[in-house]
Amino acid sequence: MSNRTTNLLVPIISVILGLLVGAVIMLVSGYNPLEGYAALWNGIFGDMYTIGETIRQITPYLLAGLAVAFAFRSGLFNIGVEGQLIVGWFAAAYVGVAVELPKIIHLPLAIIAAAAAGALWGFVPGLLKAKFHVHEVIVTIMMNYIALHVTNALIRTVSGGGDRTESIFASASLRSDFLENLTEFSRLHLGIILALIMVGVMWFILEKTTLGFELKAVGFNKNASQYSGMNVNKNIILAMVISGAFAGLGGAMEALGTFEYVSSKGGFTGIGFDGIAVALLGMNTPLGVIFGATLFGSLKYGALNMPNAAGIPIEIVEIVIAVIIFFVASGYIIRLLLLRASAKKKEAK
Amino acid sequence: MSFLDVLYFIIPSAIFYAAPLILVAIGGVFSEKSGVVNIGLEGLMVIGAFVGILFNLLFADTFGAATPWISLIAAMVAALLLSLLHAVASISFRADQVVSGVAINLLAVALSLYLVKRIFDKGQTDFITERFSRYNVPFLSDIPFIGPLFFTSVYNTSFFAIAVAFVAWFVIYKTPFGLRLRSVGEHPMAADTMGVNVARMRYIAVMISGALAGIGGAIYAQTITNDFGHATINGQGFMALAAMIFGKWHPLGAMGAALFFGFAQSLSIVGSSIPYIQEIPNVFLLILPYVLTIFALAGFIGRANAPLANGKPYIKGQR
Repeated sequence: MSNRTTNLLVPIISVILGLLVGAVIMLVSGYNPLEGYAALWNGIFGDMYTIGETIRQITPYLLAGLAVAFAFRSGLFNIGVEGQLIVGWFAAAYVGVAVELPKIIHLPLAIIAAAAAGALWGFVPGLLKAKFHVHEVIVTIMMNYIALHVTNALIRTVSGGGDRTESIFASASLRSDFLENLTEFSRLHLGIILALIMVGVMWFILEKTTLGFELKAVGFNKNASQYSGMNVNKNIILAMVISGAFAGLGGAMEALGTFEYVSSKGGFTGIGFDGIAVALLGMNTPLGVIFGATLFGSLKYGALNMPNAAGIPIEIVEIVIAVIIFFVASGYIIRLLLLRASAKKKEAK
Repeated sequence: MSFLDVLYFIIPSAIFYAAPLILVAIGGVFSEKSGVVNIGLEGLMVIGAFVGILFNLLFADTFGAATPWISLIAAMVAALLLSLLHAVASISFRADQVVSGVAINLLAVALSLYLVKRIFDKGQTDFITERFSRYNVPFLSDIPFIGPLFFTSVYNTSFFAIAVAFVAWFVIYKTPFGLRLRSVGEHPMAADTMGVNVARMRYIAVMISGALAGIGGAIYAQTITNDFGHATINGQGFMALAAMIFGKWHPLGAMGAALFFGFAQSLSIVGSSIPYIQEIPNVFLLILPYVLTIFALAGFIGRANAPLANGKPYIKGQR
């Protein structure tokens, strides 16, 4: 079996194992797994409305996945996507309510504000990693909590003590009548197009530019990159800034498309953490991220149908996702088993 | 309110908030000293809180006043089992330890909420009836100044947490077991050459961290929230992780940091009724522990060095 096929098989096997574990848990706790998964399926593909909502759910997952994957390719683990997404969400919503401008200026401005906020939130851990060799995992976790508390305080200030901002002006909205009519008035918005363009952007940066080449080189071997004359510190900071910008755009999707406002949060959205799962499942490639985001976005949205249709708590899908991450992370053992299996086949021949 | 009154008010509440943090942070010290990064502390705390509350609700009639303590044992066992999953992934399956920790966190929250909805048919459990109660330590609480500060209306769990910190310090720095633990975290190959079973040491360390995190979660749930829902454990595990780093991977340092974070946490909650403090916007107190951790890591508050082999799976024969 070639290396390529095993690389493809690991995520697929992990997904199957995850769904199996989910089925076993449903069975043991007295639910019918077939009914459960049927409800999940209908929650994803039931009618045009659910399909529209599913795609809407996939949109931020695409960007969160890109953010994690991009950092991974440069040898960095950005757990801070959650925080970067939250500040992006706030920045976009703030620009959306603060001023009213012609759409052609207002919408890009709000989107850029989100990307800039996310980039800033990624810049801090990048700088600390480059200058002080501080591990980015811990800094980004801390930045997540700082983002949560700071945006909550800002929302309170902006809204004059309330829990949420006003709705954004229509000139900053990503909603489109065409998409809404097409999907029986779901909240599907134009963000999906932006997200898919960003997938292309990531591919272009990584595969077609000197910057991308250097980033990947730094990811493979810092010392060799340094020795061949690359500025490793600059590349680390840039990687975190670009990753943060992707995450910030994910926040813009929620601010300008799905909700059209930002409200204060008691806890995290979870999109950023699921972005880790998306990137891992997609093996940190742009195409893989589309696959991962589609799967996890669909699972997340489809799960909402499970309590009504089958009486099963939506958390079962979270369990499935966690198990999938666990198996993808333990890819070594799956590879080992696959290797043994194919070796045995050869002997039999 | 006089300055003394403020102190009598704020110090006990700081210790009260710090107790679970201390235990979880010490758990983190054990795991990371052996070279296994444990981001899953948050999830282990969640399982501990859930099982602690569940056990308490189910057996309050059987065990009466002793229920909270027995619940701690149940929570400990549950979190220990979950931590085994992290151990298997990161030690035997050579998984990325951070990713495996993330999976543990997601799994713990999802599994416990799933079970809450299955058992109680709603988003959170009922409130427990048997909980840890405050009491005045006899004699000691009569000492002027120190008495009202440390020994009046306290929880036994706080003393327990502080005792665990000292025991941990003794175990890690004064026993052969501790030496081996530290050696597999600093230089596993050298330890292996000297006949230390690296995988076994790391398994034990991760299990200890799971046990302590479970106890910490159950204490948090049984003293502060008294029920279990989706927001019961909301970042305390990560704050414990921060305390561990701020305390430079040393048990007593972690305890000090946890006490300080407990202080910040209690200030952010009771601060609004204290003069001067109420002038400071709440958000600064809320983000203080996290900002300090970043400063600590950046070396502004002395250099913090992680165990050398932290986060790296040990593969025999690999240089």
